[in-house]
Amino acid sequence: MKSPGVATVYRWELTKLRYQKRTYLGLGAAAAVPILFVVAIHFRHDRRGGDFAFASYLTKSGLAVPLVLLLFGAVWLFPLITALVAGDIFASEDHNGTLKTVLTRSLERGQIFGGKALAAATYAVAAIMLSGTVAVVAGSIQSGFNSLQSLSGTIVSAPKGLELVYLGLLVYLIPIAAIVCIGLMLSTITRNSAAAVVGTLMISLLIQLIGILPGLSGTQPYLLSTQFNAWQGLLRTPTDWAPIIHAAWVCACYGLPSLATAYLVFLRRDVAGG
Amino acid sequence: MTDALASSQPPVEVRGLVKRYSDLIAVAGVDLTVEVGDVYGYLGPNGAGKTTSLRMMLGLIRPTAGTVALFGRDPQASVRALDGVAGFVEAPTFYPYLTGRRNLELLAAFDGHGAPTRIDQALETVELSDRASDRVGGYSHGMKQRLGIAAALLRDPKLMILDEPATGLDPGGMRDMRVLIRRLAEQGMTVVLSSHVLPEVEELCNRVAIVQHGRIVYEGRIADLKRSAGTTYRLSTTDDQRAMAVCRAQHGIRDLRSDHDKICFTADEEAVATLSQALVEAGALIRALVPGTATLEDLFFSLTEGEDGARPVSEPEPVEVSR
Ligand SMILES: Nc1ncnc2c1ncn2[C@@H]1O[C@H](COP(=O)(O)OP(=O)(O)OP(=O)(O)O)[C@@H](O)[C@H]1O
Ligand SMILES: [Mg+2]
Repeated sequence: MKSPGVATVYRWELTKLRYQKRTYLGLGAAAAVPILFVVAIHFRHDRRGGDFAFASYLTKSGLAVPLVLLLFGAVWLFPLITALVAGDIFASEDHNGTLKTVLTRSLERGQIFGGKALAAATYAVAAIMLSGTVAVVAGSIQSGFNSLQSLSGTIVSAPKGLELVYLGLLVYLIPIAAIVCIGLMLSTITRNSAAAVVGTLMISLLIQLIGILPGLSGTQPYLLSTQFNAWQGLLRTPTDWAPIIHAAWVCACYGLPSLATAYLVFLRRDVAGG
Repeated sequence: MTDALASSQPPVEVRGLVKRYSDLIAVAGVDLTVEVGDVYGYLGPNGAGKTTSLRMMLGLIRPTAGTVALFGRDPQASVRALDGVAGFVEAPTFYPYLTGRRNLELLAAFDGHGAPTRIDQALETVELSDRASDRVGGYSHGMKQRLGIAAALLRDPKLMILDEPATGLDPGGMRDMRVLIRRLAEQGMTVVLSSHVLPEVEELCNRVAIVQHGRIVYEGRIADLKRSAGTTYRLSTTDDQRAMAVCRAQHGIRDLRSDHDKICFTADEEAVATLSQALVEAGALIRALVPGTATLEDLFFSLTEGEDGARPVSEPEPVEVSR
Protein backbone atom coordinates (compact mmCIF):
# COMPACT_ATOMS: atom_id res chain seq x y z
CA MET A 1 0.00 0.00 0.00
CA LYS A 2 1.22 3.49 -0.90
CA SER A 3 2.11 5.63 2.07
CA PRO A 4 -0.02 8.71 2.54
CA GLY A 5 1.31 12.04 1.35
CA VAL A 6 0.34 15.46 0.03
CA ALA A 7 -1.87 13.84 -2.62
CA THR A 8 -3.84 12.00 0.09
CA VAL A 9 -4.50 15.23 1.94
CA TYR A 10 -5.37 17.01 -1.30
CA ARG A 11 -7.92 14.36 -2.29
CA TRP A 12 -9.56 14.42 1.10
CA GLU A 13 -9.63 18.22 1.25
CA LEU A 14 -11.55 18.20 -2.02
CA THR A 15 -13.89 15.57 -0.60
CA LYS A 16 -14.45 17.72 2.47
CA LEU A 17 -15.17 20.74 0.26
CA ARG A 18 -17.87 18.72 -1.47
CA TYR A 19 -19.65 18.35 1.86
CA GLN A 20 -19.51 22.00 2.94
CA LYS A 21 -22.10 24.68 2.24
CA ARG A 22 -19.62 27.47 1.69
CA THR A 23 -18.19 25.62 -1.28
CA TYR A 24 -21.52 25.87 -3.05
CA LEU A 25 -22.06 29.42 -1.87
CA GLY A 26 -18.87 30.48 -3.65
CA LEU A 27 -19.43 28.38 -6.75
CA GLY A 28 -23.06 29.49 -6.84
CA ALA A 29 -22.01 33.13 -6.78
CA ALA A 30 -19.39 32.45 -9.44
CA ALA A 31 -22.11 31.03 -11.70
CA ALA A 32 -24.90 33.41 -10.75
CA VAL A 33 -23.08 36.70 -11.29
CA PRO A 34 -22.49 36.22 -15.06
CA ILE A 35 -26.09 35.06 -15.47
CA LEU A 36 -27.42 38.13 -13.66
CA PHE A 37 -25.06 40.20 -15.76
CA VAL A 38 -26.43 38.79 -18.98
CA VAL A 39 -29.99 39.27 -17.80
CA ALA A 40 -29.13 42.90 -17.10
CA ILE A 41 -27.72 43.27 -20.61
CA HIS A 42 -30.85 41.76 -22.03
CA PHE A 43 -33.09 44.36 -20.46
CA ARG A 44 -30.79 47.27 -21.18
CA HIS A 45 -29.87 46.51 -24.77
CA ASP A 46 -31.45 49.73 -25.98
CA ARG A 47 -28.84 51.78 -24.12
CA ARG A 48 -25.74 51.93 -26.23
CA GLY A 49 -22.61 50.90 -24.43
CA GLY A 50 -20.86 52.38 -21.43
CA ASP A 51 -17.48 54.01 -21.01
CA PHE A 52 -15.55 50.85 -20.22
CA ALA A 53 -13.71 48.46 -22.49
CA PHE A 54 -15.85 46.00 -24.46
CA ALA A 55 -18.99 47.79 -23.30
CA SER A 56 -20.21 48.45 -26.80
CA TYR A 57 -19.59 44.81 -27.66
CA LEU A 58 -21.71 43.34 -24.92
CA THR A 59 -24.73 43.16 -27.18
CA LYS A 60 -22.73 42.09 -30.23
CA SER A 61 -20.69 39.17 -28.92
CA GLY A 62 -21.17 36.90 -25.94
CA LEU A 63 -17.41 36.72 -25.64
CA ALA A 64 -17.38 40.27 -24.31
CA VAL A 65 -19.34 39.12 -21.25
CA PRO A 66 -16.53 37.20 -19.46
CA LEU A 67 -14.13 40.02 -20.21
CA VAL A 68 -16.36 42.70 -18.74
CA LEU A 69 -16.99 40.37 -15.82
CA LEU A 70 -13.25 40.19 -15.16
CA LEU A 71 -13.08 43.96 -15.39
CA PHE A 72 -15.72 44.41 -12.71
CA GLY A 73 -15.31 41.33 -10.60
CA ALA A 74 -11.61 41.95 -10.43
CA VAL A 75 -10.92 43.38 -7.00
CA TRP A 76 -13.80 42.06 -4.98
CA LEU A 77 -15.95 39.27 -6.41
CA PHE A 78 -13.31 36.70 -7.27
CA PRO A 79 -11.07 37.60 -4.33
CA LEU A 80 -14.10 37.11 -2.10
CA ILE A 81 -14.93 33.72 -3.59
CA THR A 82 -11.28 32.70 -3.36
CA ALA A 83 -11.01 33.87 0.23
CA LEU A 84 -14.17 32.01 1.17
CA VAL A 85 -12.23 28.75 0.98
CA ALA A 86 -8.59 29.85 1.36
CA GLY A 87 -9.41 31.83 4.49
CA ASP A 88 -11.39 28.98 5.94
CA ILE A 89 -9.30 25.95 5.16
CA PHE A 90 -7.09 26.13 8.26
CA ALA A 91 -9.42 28.18 10.44
CA SER A 92 -12.21 25.61 10.08
CA GLU A 93 -9.90 23.00 11.59
CA ASP A 94 -9.50 25.29 14.57
CA HIS A 95 -13.23 25.83 14.66
CA ASN A 96 -13.93 22.10 14.68
CA GLY A 97 -10.89 21.35 16.85
CA THR A 98 -9.87 18.73 14.32
CA LEU A 99 -6.21 19.67 13.89
CA LYS A 100 -5.25 17.47 16.81
CA THR A 101 -7.13 14.63 15.14
CA VAL A 102 -5.35 14.84 11.80
CA LEU A 103 -1.94 15.80 13.20
CA THR A 104 -1.74 12.61 15.28
CA ARG A 105 -1.94 10.34 12.24
CA SER A 106 0.96 9.52 9.91
CA LEU A 107 1.33 12.79 8.01
CA GLU A 108 3.81 15.56 8.70
CA ARG A 109 2.43 19.04 9.19
CA GLY A 110 4.10 20.13 5.97
CA GLN A 111 2.19 17.48 4.02
CA ILE A 112 -1.11 18.56 5.54
CA PHE A 113 -0.26 22.15 4.67
CA GLY A 114 0.63 21.26 1.09
CA GLY A 115 -2.59 19.35 0.49
CA LYS A 116 -4.70 22.12 1.95
CA ALA A 117 -2.96 24.89 0.03
CA LEU A 118 -3.41 22.96 -3.22
CA ALA A 119 -7.08 22.37 -2.47
CA ALA A 120 -7.66 26.08 -1.80
CA ALA A 121 -5.93 26.93 -5.08
CA THR A 122 -7.95 24.31 -6.93
CA TYR A 123 -11.14 25.82 -5.61
CA ALA A 124 -10.15 29.29 -6.85
CA VAL A 125 -9.33 27.89 -10.29
CA ALA A 126 -12.62 25.98 -10.40
CA ALA A 127 -14.65 29.03 -9.36
CA ILE A 128 -13.09 31.33 -11.93
CA MET A 129 -13.23 28.82 -14.75
CA LEU A 130 -16.84 28.10 -13.88
CA SER A 131 -17.69 31.78 -13.85
CA GLY A 132 -15.89 32.37 -17.16
CA THR A 133 -17.59 29.40 -18.80
CA VAL A 134 -21.03 30.41 -17.58
CA ALA A 135 -20.32 33.91 -18.86
CA VAL A 136 -19.33 32.62 -22.30
CA VAL A 137 -22.35 30.36 -22.58
CA ALA A 138 -24.90 32.83 -21.20
CA GLY A 139 -23.34 35.68 -23.17
CA SER A 140 -23.40 33.69 -26.39
CA ILE A 141 -27.05 32.81 -25.86
CA GLN A 142 -27.84 36.48 -25.35
CA SER A 143 -25.54 38.17 -27.85
CA GLY A 144 -24.34 35.36 -30.08
CA PHE A 145 -20.99 33.62 -30.48
CA ASN A 146 -19.53 36.38 -32.61
CA SER A 147 -16.22 37.98 -33.35
CA LEU A 148 -14.86 40.60 -31.01
CA GLN A 149 -12.95 43.82 -31.31
CA SER A 150 -9.63 43.75 -29.47
CA LEU A 151 -8.36 46.62 -27.38
CA SER A 152 -6.16 47.61 -30.30
CA GLY A 153 -9.21 47.88 -32.53
CA THR A 154 -8.58 44.79 -34.63
CA ILE A 155 -11.32 42.23 -35.11
CA VAL A 156 -10.76 38.84 -33.49
CA SER A 157 -12.66 35.84 -34.83
CA ALA A 158 -15.01 34.05 -32.43
CA PRO A 159 -12.87 30.88 -31.97
CA LYS A 160 -9.75 32.99 -31.47
CA GLY A 161 -11.73 35.19 -29.11
CA LEU A 162 -12.77 32.15 -27.07
CA GLU A 163 -9.15 31.10 -26.79
CA LEU A 164 -8.22 34.60 -25.62
CA VAL A 165 -11.00 34.56 -23.04
CA TYR A 166 -9.63 31.39 -21.46
CA LEU A 167 -6.05 32.63 -21.66
CA GLY A 168 -7.30 35.81 -20.01
CA LEU A 169 -8.87 33.77 -17.21
CA LEU A 170 -5.55 31.97 -16.74
CA VAL A 171 -3.66 35.25 -16.49
CA TYR A 172 -6.28 36.51 -14.09
CA LEU A 173 -5.43 33.51 -11.90
CA ILE A 174 -1.95 34.96 -11.28
CA PRO A 175 -3.14 37.67 -8.85
CA ILE A 176 -5.77 35.25 -7.58
CA ALA A 177 -2.94 32.91 -6.57
CA ALA A 178 -1.53 35.74 -4.47
CA ILE A 179 -4.98 36.18 -2.90
CA VAL A 180 -5.03 32.45 -2.11
CA CYS A 181 -1.70 32.83 -0.32
CA ILE A 182 -2.89 35.84 1.65
CA GLY A 183 -6.05 33.92 2.57
CA LEU A 184 -4.00 30.94 3.75
CA MET A 185 -1.79 33.23 5.81
CA LEU A 186 -4.70 34.94 7.53
CA SER A 187 -6.37 31.56 8.03
CA THR A 188 -3.37 30.20 9.91
CA ILE A 189 -2.68 33.38 11.83
CA THR A 190 -6.20 34.38 12.89
CA ARG A 191 -7.49 30.80 13.27
CA ASN A 192 -10.87 32.37 12.61
CA SER A 193 -12.70 31.82 9.39
CA ALA A 194 -14.70 35.05 9.29
CA ALA A 195 -11.69 37.18 10.19
CA ALA A 196 -9.56 35.52 7.53
CA VAL A 197 -12.18 35.80 4.77
CA VAL A 198 -13.03 39.42 5.52
CA GLY A 199 -9.38 40.25 6.13
CA THR A 200 -8.34 38.88 2.75
CA LEU A 201 -11.00 40.88 0.97
CA MET A 202 -10.07 44.01 2.93
CA ILE A 203 -6.43 43.64 1.96
CA SER A 204 -7.44 43.29 -1.67
CA LEU A 205 -9.59 46.43 -1.49
CA LEU A 206 -7.20 48.50 0.63
CA ILE A 207 -4.33 47.83 -1.72
CA GLN A 208 -6.43 49.25 -4.49
CA LEU A 209 -7.13 52.36 -2.43
CA ILE A 210 -3.43 53.05 -1.98
CA GLY A 211 -3.16 53.77 -5.68
CA ILE A 212 -5.96 56.30 -5.53
CA LEU A 213 -4.39 58.31 -2.70
CA PRO A 214 -2.85 61.57 -3.85
CA GLY A 215 0.88 61.37 -4.34
CA LEU A 216 0.88 57.58 -4.27
CA SER A 217 -0.12 56.96 -7.84
CA GLY A 218 3.49 55.99 -8.52
CA THR A 219 2.87 52.82 -6.55
CA GLN A 220 0.21 51.76 -9.02
CA PRO A 221 2.32 49.29 -11.05
CA TYR A 222 3.32 47.46 -7.85
CA LEU A 223 -0.12 47.12 -6.35
CA LEU A 224 -1.80 43.74 -6.33
CA SER A 225 -5.02 45.30 -7.60
CA THR A 226 -3.32 46.51 -10.77
CA GLN A 227 -2.28 42.97 -11.62
CA PHE A 228 -5.92 42.01 -11.98
CA ASN A 229 -5.86 43.91 -15.27
CA ALA A 230 -2.78 42.19 -16.67
CA TRP A 231 -4.92 39.86 -18.81
CA GLN A 232 -5.83 42.85 -20.98
CA GLY A 233 -2.40 42.53 -22.54
CA LEU A 234 -3.69 39.44 -24.30
CA LEU A 235 -6.38 41.42 -26.04
CA ARG A 236 -3.98 43.69 -27.82
CA THR A 237 -2.47 43.03 -31.19
CA PRO A 238 0.30 42.16 -31.08
CA THR A 239 -0.09 40.53 -27.66
CA ASP A 240 1.41 42.70 -24.92
CA TRP A 241 3.23 40.31 -22.63
CA ALA A 242 4.84 43.03 -20.54
CA PRO A 243 2.00 43.51 -18.02
CA ILE A 244 1.63 39.75 -17.69
CA ILE A 245 5.28 39.18 -16.90
CA HIS A 246 5.16 42.15 -14.57
CA ALA A 247 2.11 40.68 -12.85
CA ALA A 248 3.86 37.36 -12.40
CA TRP A 249 6.70 38.73 -10.35
CA VAL A 250 4.70 41.37 -8.49
CA CYS A 251 2.19 38.71 -7.46
CA ALA A 252 5.03 36.43 -6.41
CA CYS A 253 6.22 39.24 -4.15
CA TYR A 254 2.82 39.30 -2.47
CA GLY A 255 2.12 35.59 -2.56
CA LEU A 256 5.35 33.86 -1.65
CA PRO A 257 6.04 35.68 1.63
CA SER A 258 2.41 35.13 2.63
CA LEU A 259 2.63 31.45 1.77
CA ALA A 260 5.94 31.09 3.61
CA THR A 261 4.46 32.81 6.66
CA ALA A 262 1.43 30.53 6.59
CA TYR A 263 3.69 27.48 6.28
CA LEU A 264 5.97 28.43 9.14
CA VAL A 265 3.10 29.43 11.42
CA PHE A 266 1.36 26.14 10.73
CA LEU A 267 4.52 24.13 11.23
CA ARG A 268 5.43 25.73 14.51
CA ARG A 269 2.12 26.44 16.12
CA ASP A 270 0.86 24.82 19.29
CA VAL A 271 -2.25 22.77 18.72
CA ALA A 272 -4.05 23.34 21.99
CA GLY A 273 -7.75 23.81 22.60
CA GLY A 274 -10.54 22.14 20.73
CA MET B 1 7.51 0.17 11.53
CA THR B 2 10.74 -0.47 13.34
CA ASP B 3 9.83 -3.31 15.63
CA ALA B 4 13.35 -3.97 16.84
CA LEU B 5 13.59 -0.40 18.03
CA ALA B 6 10.12 -0.44 19.45
CA SER B 7 10.81 -3.44 21.65
CA SER B 8 14.05 -2.16 23.10
CA GLN B 9 12.86 1.30 24.11
CA PRO B 10 10.16 2.16 26.63
CA PRO B 11 6.85 3.27 25.08
CA VAL B 12 7.04 6.61 26.86
CA GLU B 13 10.04 8.28 28.41
CA VAL B 14 9.54 11.83 29.59
CA ARG B 15 12.35 13.87 31.09
CA GLY B 16 12.17 17.31 32.66
CA LEU B 17 9.09 18.25 30.71
CA VAL B 18 8.01 21.87 31.14
CA LYS B 19 5.29 23.87 29.44
CA ARG B 20 4.88 27.52 30.18
CA TYR B 21 2.07 29.78 28.99
CA SER B 22 3.41 33.29 29.59
CA ASP B 23 3.12 33.55 33.40
CA LEU B 24 1.46 30.23 33.96
CA ILE B 25 3.49 27.06 34.30
CA ALA B 26 1.12 24.33 33.16
CA VAL B 27 3.67 21.51 33.41
CA ALA B 28 6.59 22.05 35.76
CA GLY B 29 9.25 19.41 35.17
CA VAL B 30 7.60 16.05 34.71
CA ASP B 31 9.65 12.84 34.56
CA LEU B 32 8.03 9.54 33.89
CA THR B 33 8.67 6.23 32.22
CA VAL B 34 5.98 3.92 30.93
CA GLU B 35 7.07 0.34 30.39
CA VAL B 36 5.73 -2.12 27.85
CA GLY B 37 2.45 -3.63 29.05
CA ASP B 38 1.76 -0.91 31.60
CA VAL B 39 -1.66 0.54 32.04
CA TYR B 40 -0.39 3.83 33.31
CA GLY B 41 -2.65 6.23 35.13
CA TYR B 42 -1.93 9.91 34.88
CA LEU B 43 -3.93 11.29 37.67
CA GLY B 44 -4.61 14.78 38.90
CA PRO B 45 -7.28 17.38 39.60
CA ASN B 46 -8.59 19.88 37.05
CA GLY B 47 -5.85 22.11 35.74
CA ALA B 48 -3.04 19.88 37.02
CA GLY B 49 -1.46 19.77 33.57
CA LYS B 50 -2.54 16.32 32.42
CA THR B 51 -3.85 17.32 29.02
CA THR B 52 -0.93 19.65 28.46
CA SER B 53 1.51 16.79 29.17
CA LEU B 54 -0.32 14.43 26.83
CA ARG B 55 -0.35 17.09 24.10
CA MET B 56 3.41 17.29 24.32
CA MET B 57 3.67 13.49 24.17
CA LEU B 58 1.65 13.52 20.96
CA GLY B 59 3.71 16.33 19.44
CA LEU B 60 0.79 18.75 19.33
CA ILE B 61 2.50 21.44 21.35
CA ARG B 62 6.15 22.28 21.88
CA PRO B 63 7.63 21.78 25.32
CA THR B 64 9.22 24.86 26.84
CA ALA B 65 11.90 22.49 28.12
CA GLY B 66 12.50 18.78 28.45
CA THR B 67 12.06 15.82 26.15
CA VAL B 68 9.53 13.18 25.22
CA ALA B 69 10.54 9.90 23.62
CA LEU B 70 7.97 7.39 22.32
CA PHE B 71 9.72 4.07 21.76
CA GLY B 72 12.86 6.20 21.66
CA ARG B 73 11.60 8.61 19.00
CA ASP B 74 10.97 12.32 19.39
CA PRO B 75 7.42 13.36 18.43
CA GLN B 76 8.59 16.96 17.99
CA ALA B 77 11.01 15.93 15.28
CA SER B 78 8.71 13.88 13.08
CA VAL B 79 5.30 12.31 13.04
CA ARG B 80 7.16 9.00 12.47
CA ALA B 81 7.47 8.95 16.25
CA LEU B 82 3.73 8.27 16.33
CA ASP B 83 4.05 5.02 14.36
CA GLY B 84 2.39 2.45 16.58
CA VAL B 85 0.99 5.20 18.79
CA ALA B 86 -2.59 6.42 18.87
CA GLY B 87 -4.88 8.36 21.12
CA PHE B 88 -6.52 11.67 21.71
CA VAL B 89 -6.50 14.58 24.11
CA GLU B 90 -9.66 16.01 25.60
CA ALA B 91 -12.79 15.05 23.70
CA PRO B 92 -11.98 13.46 20.34
CA THR B 93 -12.97 15.70 17.41
CA PHE B 94 -14.23 14.93 13.92
CA TYR B 95 -15.59 16.73 10.89
CA PRO B 96 -19.24 17.22 11.82
CA TYR B 97 -20.44 17.38 8.21
CA LEU B 98 -19.00 13.94 7.37
CA THR B 99 -20.42 10.61 8.51
CA GLY B 100 -18.69 8.59 11.18
CA ARG B 101 -17.48 6.12 8.59
CA ARG B 102 -16.20 8.79 6.25
CA ASN B 103 -14.32 10.43 9.10
CA LEU B 104 -12.65 7.10 9.79
CA GLU B 105 -11.94 6.66 6.08
CA LEU B 106 -10.20 10.02 6.03
CA LEU B 107 -8.12 9.22 9.09
CA ALA B 108 -7.30 5.73 7.80
CA ALA B 109 -6.11 7.28 4.53
CA PHE B 110 -3.88 9.59 6.58
CA ASP B 111 -2.56 6.57 8.47
CA GLY B 112 -1.75 4.29 5.55
CA HIS B 113 -0.25 0.95 6.62
CA GLY B 114 -3.45 -1.01 6.05
CA ALA B 115 -5.54 1.17 8.34
CA PRO B 116 -8.44 1.33 5.84
CA THR B 117 -8.92 -2.43 6.20
CA ARG B 118 -9.51 -2.04 9.95
CA ILE B 119 -12.45 0.37 9.73
CA ASP B 120 -15.24 -2.21 9.99
CA GLN B 121 -13.55 -4.02 12.84
CA ALA B 122 -12.97 -0.78 14.73
CA LEU B 123 -16.59 0.31 14.31
CA GLU B 124 -17.69 -3.07 15.55
CA THR B 125 -15.41 -2.94 18.58
CA VAL B 126 -16.95 0.33 19.76
CA GLU B 127 -20.44 -0.74 18.71
CA LEU B 128 -21.01 2.08 16.27
CA SER B 129 -21.54 0.02 13.10
CA ASP B 130 -25.23 0.84 12.89
CA ARG B 131 -24.68 4.60 13.27
CA ALA B 132 -21.62 4.82 11.04
CA SER B 133 -23.52 6.32 8.13
CA ASP B 134 -24.88 9.23 10.21
CA ARG B 135 -23.15 12.58 10.22
CA VAL B 136 -20.90 13.05 13.25
CA GLY B 137 -22.55 16.43 13.86
CA GLY B 138 -25.54 14.50 15.14
CA TYR B 139 -23.57 12.16 17.42
CA SER B 140 -23.95 12.27 21.18
CA HIS B 141 -20.92 12.90 23.35
CA GLY B 142 -20.58 9.23 24.17
CA MET B 143 -20.74 8.24 20.52
CA LYS B 144 -17.98 10.71 19.65
CA GLN B 145 -15.93 9.33 22.50
CA ARG B 146 -16.36 5.82 21.11
CA LEU B 147 -15.59 7.00 17.60
CA GLY B 148 -12.40 8.45 19.07
CA ILE B 149 -11.43 5.02 20.32
CA ALA B 150 -12.29 3.51 16.93
CA ALA B 151 -10.10 6.14 15.24
CA ALA B 152 -7.24 5.19 17.55
CA LEU B 153 -7.70 1.47 16.86
CA LEU B 154 -7.29 2.08 13.11
CA ARG B 155 -3.61 2.63 13.76
CA ASP B 156 -3.24 -0.81 15.34
CA PRO B 157 -1.30 0.86 18.14
CA LYS B 158 1.16 -0.62 20.57
CA LEU B 159 0.74 2.45 22.73
CA MET B 160 -2.57 4.15 23.33
CA ILE B 161 -2.68 7.61 24.92
CA LEU B 162 -6.12 8.47 26.25
CA ASP B 163 -7.13 11.69 27.98
CA GLU B 164 -10.00 11.08 30.38
CA PRO B 165 -11.67 8.62 28.02
CA ALA B 166 -14.65 8.03 30.29
CA THR B 167 -15.44 11.69 30.93
CA GLY B 168 -19.04 12.50 30.19
CA LEU B 169 -20.08 8.89 29.70
CA ASP B 170 -23.04 7.42 31.55
CA PRO B 171 -22.34 4.58 34.01
CA GLY B 172 -22.90 1.97 31.29
CA GLY B 173 -20.60 3.82 28.92
CA MET B 174 -17.94 4.12 31.60
CA ARG B 175 -18.11 0.39 32.26
CA ASP B 176 -17.88 -0.38 28.54
CA MET B 177 -14.87 1.90 28.29
CA ARG B 178 -13.19 0.16 31.22
CA VAL B 179 -13.92 -3.26 29.77
CA LEU B 180 -12.51 -2.17 26.42
CA ILE B 181 -9.34 -0.71 27.92
CA ARG B 182 -8.78 -3.82 29.99
CA ARG B 183 -9.24 -5.98 26.91
CA LEU B 184 -6.73 -3.90 24.95
CA ALA B 185 -4.27 -4.20 27.80
CA GLU B 186 -4.76 -7.97 27.87
CA GLN B 187 -3.91 -8.03 24.17
CA GLY B 188 -0.57 -6.51 25.11
CA MET B 189 -1.23 -2.87 24.39
CA THR B 190 0.45 -0.28 26.57
CA VAL B 191 -2.02 2.33 27.72
CA VAL B 192 -1.48 5.79 29.18
CA LEU B 193 -4.67 7.04 30.69
CA SER B 194 -5.27 10.40 32.29
CA SER B 195 -8.10 10.67 34.70
CA HIS B 196 -9.49 12.34 37.73
CA VAL B 197 -11.93 9.53 38.37
CA LEU B 198 -9.99 7.61 40.97
CA PRO B 199 -11.86 4.30 41.07
CA GLU B 200 -11.38 4.05 37.30
CA VAL B 201 -7.64 4.43 37.62
CA GLU B 202 -7.51 2.12 40.59
CA GLU B 203 -9.40 -0.54 38.69
CA LEU B 204 -7.48 -0.29 35.45
CA CYS B 205 -3.96 0.88 36.13
CA ASN B 206 -0.99 -0.97 37.48
CA ARG B 207 1.09 2.18 37.77
CA VAL B 208 0.22 5.79 38.36
CA ALA B 209 1.72 9.22 38.35
CA ILE B 210 -0.13 11.71 40.48
CA VAL B 211 0.27 15.27 39.32
CA GLN B 212 -0.64 18.52 40.91
CA HIS B 213 0.19 22.02 39.74
CA GLY B 214 2.21 20.52 36.91
CA ARG B 215 4.40 18.46 39.24
CA ILE B 216 4.43 14.75 39.91
CA VAL B 217 3.81 14.16 43.58
CA TYR B 218 3.95 10.36 43.32
CA GLU B 219 5.03 7.91 40.68
CA GLY B 220 5.00 4.16 41.01
CA ARG B 221 2.88 1.11 41.68
CA ILE B 222 -0.49 1.57 43.27
CA ALA B 223 0.25 -1.28 45.68
CA ASP B 224 3.44 0.42 46.87
CA LEU B 225 1.63 3.68 47.34
CA LYS B 226 -1.05 1.97 49.37
CA ARG B 227 1.49 0.19 51.55
CA SER B 228 3.43 3.36 52.20
CA ALA B 229 0.28 5.26 52.98
CA GLY B 230 -0.73 2.81 55.73
CA THR B 231 -4.23 1.77 56.65
CA THR B 232 -7.07 4.06 57.55
CA TYR B 233 -8.90 3.28 60.79
CA ARG B 234 -12.18 4.35 62.26
CA LEU B 235 -12.31 4.64 66.01
CA SER B 236 -15.22 4.99 68.37
CA THR B 237 -14.70 5.29 72.14
CA THR B 238 -16.57 6.04 75.34
CA ASP B 239 -14.95 9.49 75.44
CA ASP B 240 -14.11 10.69 71.96
CA GLN B 241 -12.84 14.08 73.11
CA ARG B 242 -10.24 12.54 75.33
CA ALA B 243 -9.46 9.91 72.67
CA MET B 244 -8.81 12.67 70.15
CA ALA B 245 -6.27 14.24 72.49
CA VAL B 246 -4.59 10.88 73.02
CA CYS B 247 -4.40 10.26 69.27
CA ARG B 248 -2.94 13.69 68.71
CA ALA B 249 -0.18 12.95 71.20
CA GLN B 250 0.63 9.53 69.72
CA HIS B 251 3.47 8.88 67.34
CA GLY B 252 2.62 7.27 64.01
CA ILE B 253 -0.98 8.52 63.89
CA ARG B 254 -1.49 10.48 60.68
CA ASP B 255 -4.36 12.25 58.91
CA LEU B 256 -6.24 12.53 62.16
CA ARG B 257 -9.73 13.89 61.81
CA SER B 258 -13.16 13.53 63.28
CA ASP B 259 -15.97 12.54 61.02
CA HIS B 260 -19.60 11.64 61.83
CA ASP B 261 -18.98 10.82 65.53
CA LYS B 262 -16.00 8.74 64.52
CA ILE B 263 -12.33 9.45 64.77
CA CYS B 264 -10.46 8.66 61.62
CA PHE B 265 -6.74 8.30 61.18
CA THR B 266 -4.09 6.52 59.23
CA ALA B 267 -1.46 4.39 60.91
CA ASP B 268 0.46 1.15 60.72
CA GLU B 269 -0.43 -1.81 62.96
CA GLU B 270 2.26 -1.17 65.53
CA ALA B 271 1.09 2.38 66.14
CA VAL B 272 -2.46 1.12 66.53
CA ALA B 273 -1.40 -1.37 69.20
CA THR B 274 0.35 1.35 71.21
CA LEU B 275 -2.62 3.61 70.76
CA SER B 276 -5.10 1.09 72.13
CA GLN B 277 -3.10 0.83 75.32
CA ALA B 278 -2.82 4.61 75.65
CA LEU B 279 -6.56 4.96 75.17
CA VAL B 280 -7.29 2.50 77.94
CA GLU B 281 -4.85 4.29 80.25
CA ALA B 282 -6.52 7.60 79.50
CA GLY B 283 -9.96 6.16 80.27
CA ALA B 284 -11.32 6.32 76.75
CA LEU B 285 -12.49 2.77 76.22
CA ILE B 286 -12.62 1.43 72.70
CA ARG B 287 -16.08 0.68 71.36
CA ALA B 288 -14.97 0.03 67.81
CA LEU B 289 -11.68 0.18 65.94
CA VAL B 290 -12.30 -0.64 62.28
CA PRO B 291 -9.59 -0.83 59.67
CA GLY B 292 -10.66 0.40 56.22
CA THR B 293 -8.74 -0.11 53.04
CA ALA B 294 -7.47 3.19 51.79
CA THR B 295 -8.71 3.92 48.30
CA LEU B 296 -6.60 5.76 45.84
CA GLU B 297 -8.85 8.65 46.60
CA ASP B 298 -7.64 8.80 50.17
CA LEU B 299 -4.09 8.48 48.99
CA PHE B 300 -4.64 11.17 46.47
CA PHE B 301 -5.91 13.57 49.09
CA SER B 302 -3.19 12.81 51.53
CA LEU B 303 -0.65 13.45 48.75
CA THR B 304 -2.11 16.54 47.17
CA GLU B 305 -3.90 18.30 49.98
CA GLY B 306 -1.56 17.66 52.82
CA GLU B 307 -2.84 16.97 56.31
CA ASP B 308 -5.76 19.31 56.56
CA GLY B 309 -8.35 17.77 54.29
CA ALA B 310 -11.10 16.18 56.42
CA ARG B 311 -12.24 13.31 54.25
CA PRO B 312 -14.61 10.40 54.73
CA VAL B 313 -12.95 7.01 54.61
CA SER B 314 -13.46 4.71 51.63
CA GLU B 315 -16.85 5.44 50.21
CA PRO B 316 -17.68 2.70 47.70
CA GLU B 317 -19.38 4.87 45.03
CA PRO B 318 -17.21 6.27 42.25
CA VAL B 319 -16.70 9.87 43.21
CA GLU B 320 -15.18 12.50 40.97
CA VAL B 321 -12.48 14.39 42.72
CA SER B 322 -13.30 17.83 41.57
CA ARG B 323 -15.88 19.91 39.77
N1 LIG C 1 -3.38 26.93 25.47
C1 LIG C 1 -3.27 27.35 26.73
N2 LIG C 1 -3.02 28.63 27.01
C2 LIG C 1 -2.91 29.06 28.27
N3 LIG C 1 -3.00 28.28 29.34
C3 LIG C 1 -3.26 26.98 29.15
C4 LIG C 1 -3.41 26.45 27.84
N4 LIG C 1 -3.65 25.13 27.94
C5 LIG C 1 -3.66 24.86 29.25
N5 LIG C 1 -3.43 25.97 29.98
C6 LIG C 1 -3.36 26.03 31.46
O1 LIG C 1 -2.51 25.03 31.89
C7 LIG C 1 -3.01 24.43 33.09
C8 LIG C 1 -3.12 22.94 32.89
O2 LIG C 1 -4.15 22.67 31.99
P1 LIG C 1 -4.51 21.21 31.49
O3 LIG C 1 -5.56 21.34 30.47
O4 LIG C 1 -3.25 20.52 31.11
O5 LIG C 1 -5.09 20.58 32.82
P2 LIG C 1 -5.72 19.15 33.03
O6 LIG C 1 -4.92 18.47 34.07
O7 LIG C 1 -5.88 18.43 31.74
O8 LIG C 1 -7.14 19.54 33.63
P3 LIG C 1 -8.58 18.84 33.43
O9 LIG C 1 -8.71 17.76 34.44
O10 LIG C 1 -9.53 19.97 33.73
O11 LIG C 1 -8.67 18.37 32.02
C9 LIG C 1 -4.33 25.11 33.37
O12 LIG C 1 -4.13 26.08 34.36
C10 LIG C 1 -4.70 25.75 32.09
O13 LIG C 1 -5.42 26.94 32.29
MG1 LIG D 1 -7.54 17.77 30.66
